[in-house]
Amino acid sequence: MTALIEVEGICKAYGGLQALNLCSLTVESGTVAGLIGPNGSGKTTLFNVMTGYEQVRQGSVRFKGNPITNFTPDRVFKLGIGRTFQLTRIFPRLTTMENMLIATQHREGWLGSVFRTAASLGPERERAMELLEFMGIDGLATQPAGNLSYGQRKLLELAYVLVADPDVLLLDEPAGGVNPSLINHLAERIQELNRQGKTFLVVEHNMEFVMGICDSLTVMHQGAAIVTGSPAEVRAHPMVLDAYLGGADEDRND
Amino acid sequence: MSRRGLIKPGLIALALLALGLFPFVFSNPTYTTIAVFTLIYMTATTAWNGFAGYSGYIPLGHAAFFGTGAYTFAVIAQHDHLGAGYGLFGLIPVCGLVAGLVALPVGLVALRTRRHTFVVITIAIFFLFQLVATNLGITGGSSGLQVVSPNWPGATFNDPFYFVALGLLILAVAASWTIRWSRFGLQLLAIRDDEARARGLGVRVGRVKLTAFVISAIPIGMVGAVYAYFVGQVFPQFVFDPLFDVSIALMAFFGGLGTVWGPLLGALLLEPLQQYLTLSYSVGDLYLIIYGVIFLGVILLLPLGIVPSVSDWIGRRRSRQERASPPAPAGGDGDARAGFLPHPEPDT
Amino acid sequence: MTSLYSGLIDGVLTGAVYALMAAGLTLIFGVMDIINIAQGVFVVLAAYLSYVLAAHFGVDLFVGILITMPALFILGIAVDWAFIRRLPARDRTTMSILVTYAVAIIVEGVLTIIFGVNYVQLHGWYVTKSIHLLGFYLPYIYIFGFGMAAFLMGVIYLLLYRTRFGRSIRASLQNRQAARLVGINVDRVATLTFGIGVAVTAAGGMVFGATTAFNPNSGYDLISRLLAIVILGGLGSMAGAMVAAISMLMVEDVVSSVWSPLWSEVVFFAALVVVLTLRPKGLFGRSFSRAQ
Repeated sequence: MTALIEVEGICKAYGGLQALNLCSLTVESGTVAGLIGPNGSGKTTLFNVMTGYEQVRQGSVRFKGNPITNFTPDRVFKLGIGRTFQLTRIFPRLTTMENMLIATQHREGWLGSVFRTAASLGPERERAMELLEFMGIDGLATQPAGNLSYGQRKLLELAYVLVADPDVLLLDEPAGGVNPSLINHLAERIQELNRQGKTFLVVEHNMEFVMGICDSLTVMHQGAAIVTGSPAEVRAHPMVLDAYLGGADEDRND
Repeated sequence: MSRRGLIKPGLIALALLALGLFPFVFSNPTYTTIAVFTLIYMTATTAWNGFAGYSGYIPLGHAAFFGTGAYTFAVIAQHDHLGAGYGLFGLIPVCGLVAGLVALPVGLVALRTRRHTFVVITIAIFFLFQLVATNLGITGGSSGLQVVSPNWPGATFNDPFYFVALGLLILAVAASWTIRWSRFGLQLLAIRDDEARARGLGVRVGRVKLTAFVISAIPIGMVGAVYAYFVGQVFPQFVFDPLFDVSIALMAFFGGLGTVWGPLLGALLLEPLQQYLTLSYSVGDLYLIIYGVIFLGVILLLPLGIVPSVSDWIGRRRSRQERASPPAPAGGDGDARAGFLPHPEPDT
Repeated sequence: MTSLYSGLIDGVLTGAVYALMAAGLTLIFGVMDIINIAQGVFVVLAAYLSYVLAAHFGVDLFVGILITMPALFILGIAVDWAFIRRLPARDRTTMSILVTYAVAIIVEGVLTIIFGVNYVQLHGWYVTKSIHLLGFYLPYIYIFGFGMAAFLMGVIYLLLYRTRFGRSIRASLQNRQAARLVGINVDRVATLTFGIGVAVTAAGGMVFGATTAFNPNSGYDLISRLLAIVILGGLGSMAGAMVAAISMLMVEDVVSSVWSPLWSEVVFFAALVVVLTLRPKGLFGRSFSRAQ
């Protein structure tokens, strides 16, 4: 198995707060990797760094062996790394289908688009529809995305990130706030996509979800990755329990 | 779908017919004068909405382009000693183009800022234009410029202006509609909803905004030229009037910001009112107050404007009638929905 | 050389007065995310109030401020309660611009009806008497105005940094959600801040009215300057507003004395455009990513 994404020695501070402290991580191609850790351990910050939403001065991010540190988000997206957000970012006043079509913009020059009517988007629409069907929300194609339930929005966000056919997807709390039946559906879709060759890195608090779909887990604590291993190994690891529950001394100092 | 599908084109055809016949039915010059101004404002509001409504950035300085168009017309007409007549209408596209060219640097500066700073800097730039026009020699300073007036008979003097303005309106609406349903329009609307996310997905946000900004300036420059020719004189305080921007913003909000037909409706309803208020003796002094109150009322009570509220209402009635199937999207102007979660806006 | 000195000194003195009014504007934005376009016309309103007090009741302009300032404070609270509180949540800042613009034109309309369009100016012994300095004459009003502005800004500083209320303001300024969580009544802080931000126009209005002839239409020029100052200094930054006010007024007054009064105003706005092209956030612009 080759390493698809390699993160090495990332440091990121906000004022006095060290959010990421020599953080290193490897995502193997073809796996579903999980990233867990207590609140404030730096998971979302790491995602932001990896996808270009935050800049760093120390450390590197490599994709397929090539450095992508500090690349802008759209460049990262074009290279084949898709990313979803904790609070879903969809375009609420556009319809579900239109949300999908936005993700195909990067293939087109801006001037020509003035004269291209939305109607002339045959092939893109077909592909978008396929993806919506795959996620199970094709019935909502003409609804303004703002009308979708929270769980449906998560499915939409995943769908439109898939439009660009990325090699790897970074999912930030995909199951958060979603009702159980949709969670199962989501987990199943992720596994199917993984079977088709896509790599995943998933941040989650929902342990059942994570234990169920991940091949490997990385645990973060205070800005660094402390343990990596299979779900079984990680579950029993003393350092992990320490991180989540906190040692007796630490509690007193809080 | 066929019966519903015919309503809209049918209404449009009817409206065009009515507009075309208007000056012959109501030939009193007072009415046609009000009509010319109304058409001018309808065009300006539609053009402004083409940028503001679709992108969510609210410029309050577009009067700068109106004045640019007006002055361009006046200056060229004066300096080239062109005779007054139908031919002079040919200058209008030129004035529009000049306004567009001027909008380019303005947009480049203004669009670098965030949304609320953008509003303010457009106001500041507008005042810059007003100051320059008041002080510069070529623009006649504070006494303005005279424009040659054609020797047409008084009874039908307004008619050519009416039809030119109508033509410009049709062009503006066609442009607005085309943009709305194009890929370009989709990008603008995405920018309106979540600019950072759109940029992250590869939308060329800067270029798209600038293009829309420049395009919106062109019709405004053109109606500025029509105004100059119609009124016969150009004063800096009238063609660079902050109330112009307040008016078109109000009209767009009133009718429905971001829709194709809303701005038309807003201008159609409010401009005759504005004309009546300014001309009417008894309420002349109250004009500003009434305007301000209407504006407050619209923003606070009807923030979406008429068109989206009405289509929302129709949509809800239809969904009550069609219980099983999901509500049909409001005809073409699917911006009716409000009440969605505000998106977080990180500082990127 | 004299014109240079007079320009510089004029700039500093009038700059301080503008700084006071701009500080009010930027404070309102910092705490409430509201841009108060009506600030300009409130200055004019305050000037007219001083005028009425002086002309009809013989009240000295400076003494009159003891009346006009509370009056404008109350007006500010009324405007906030009636309109600002009812703003739709989405695009609140942009909506506030439109709403306060509407309020501004209403106030302008009322002033036009009451006072007409003729220019007036405020009078007092310090307006006409001047001190001879470095070869030119400097009316006392400029010096007194500067003193008053500096005093009031000092009061605001003390309020913000030495009182509990001031701490509530600064907390709300930084993180409204967190402020709520520690028990700060953020809405009340906001309303009072709006009142304070408007109240300072009383002082500014008096000095403005004493040094410039004005009519109800003068609000536009004022607000465009105040906005330019506030944006140049960085929205939400009081220090920025003060630095920007004094700098821009100095530049404008020097240009006016040395070159031409006509173009000095152009320089004012051109400076804004130039600075924003280079630094879109303004001189002391804050990062806008605050948790709400």
